[in-house]
Amino acid sequence: MSTPLPVPAPRIAPRPGPPLWLLFELTYRCPLHCVFCYNPTDFSRTGPELKTDEWLRVLREARALGAVQLGLSGGEPLVRDDLETIVAAAHELGFYTNLITSGVGLNETRLQALKGAGLDHIQLSFQDSTREMNDFLSSTRTFELKSKVAALIKRYDYPMVLNVVLHRLNIDHVAEILTMAQSMGADYVELANTQYYGWAWKNRQQLLPSRAQLERAEATTQRFRAQYGERMRIYFVVPDYFERRPKACMNGLGSVFLTIAPDGCALPCQAARMLPGLQFPNVREASVESIWYDSEGFNHFRGDAWMKEPCRSCPEKAKDFGGCRCQAYMLTGDAANADPVCDLSPFHHLVTEAVARTELPYVEEKPLVFRDHR
Amino acid sequence: MNTIAATARPAIGRGLRLQWEPAQNAHVLLYPEGMIKLNGSAGEIMKRCDGARTVADIPADLERSFATTGLGDDVAAFISMALDKKWLEIRA
Repeated sequence: MSTPLPVPAPRIAPRPGPPLWLLFELTYRCPLHCVFCYNPTDFSRTGPELKTDEWLRVLREARALGAVQLGLSGGEPLVRDDLETIVAAAHELGFYTNLITSGVGLNETRLQALKGAGLDHIQLSFQDSTREMNDFLSSTRTFELKSKVAALIKRYDYPMVLNVVLHRLNIDHVAEILTMAQSMGADYVELANTQYYGWAWKNRQQLLPSRAQLERAEATTQRFRAQYGERMRIYFVVPDYFERRPKACMNGLGSVFLTIAPDGCALPCQAARMLPGLQFPNVREASVESIWYDSEGFNHFRGDAWMKEPCRSCPEKAKDFGGCRCQAYMLTGDAANADPVCDLSPFHHLVTEAVARTELPYVEEKPLVFRDHR
Repeated sequence: MNTIAATARPAIGRGLRLQWEPAQNAHVLLYPEGMIKLNGSAGEIMKRCDGARTVADIPADLERSFATTGLGDDVAAFISMALDKKWLEIRA
């Protein structure tokens, strides 16, 4: 008697939705040298930046697919003198445009032009952690620059949104940071703990705060929230190393987010270029439609066929998609593993050990690596 | 819940944008780094919140457009909710 061979059911993946959220990393050039920057550490070897008309073509193609949100980032996007042209074209096409900037290079002439071009929103980011932050906290040059830019942003009728990246070296100054933010007239403050990619990954053990530091910072944040309420809304993003479940990174790779790197490389997240064995297409060679729907780089981590245990049979896989592929790769060497932030991951100890090392009375004597051309 | 005067003229909230998206076959409300996809009725109400029509005009206009009656309470409840969420604002 023979048993019929099992025929696997055909896997017909549903066609993914459109790339609703488009991020242009217009340039890797930046006047700052942040130790927590998530740009690739070999950014200086990236090919030439896309030209204005190439960016505009990507805008049109992505918008035709249904993209609605446009983030303009970098590097420092103000380094590009065609930023106003790109904003104007995006606005005309119906994008909601968000500028993510350190404010370096933002003067009244440029802001007036950006406003005129239809820029919808500005997020003023705090960039450098040590030099600039010390400068900020001691009320010197950086504080003056940020205050000036903040006043300008408010004068042009934008909400003043300040983003500050937290880590071991500045997290004890949350009270001072919030006091400064308040005196700058911030409407929203995002206190975002460092995510460990790129330069931040290189500096991880110097930047990861201890649990006690984190709890103190959260308590301080609560105190300010109680004091300022709606006048200054404060968001506190906990570092995922302290969680027991991973973040739903990018809402699943290839589901909503499309990043275009300065050289035109299309990525399902800013950090994905590090993932081994995947080819990411370049907008110079392919249409946005074929990149989004047909390329291996975007299809590989869609759905759950790529998952290993414990994700594959996990009831939460539809909620967090196994977490971050880059973090899985960096910590375990295999991008298809569960994000080790998850306490169901057999590699979770790698995260808890890194957190445990923050409790040692000293941090490894190792110099911080400032982002630089190398 | 806000109580709204019948003469108030609701408009899309500051920093938000309402637009029709063919790819989603829906009206969406765009805000910094986010989007709300509106259902059919919400879209029809929101697109009439243009800062010119009053709270009394909007259900009347909808009733004419869709040849129906008795939308007043539902529309008022939606506008009130949308004001709470700051999707809409009443400009002085």
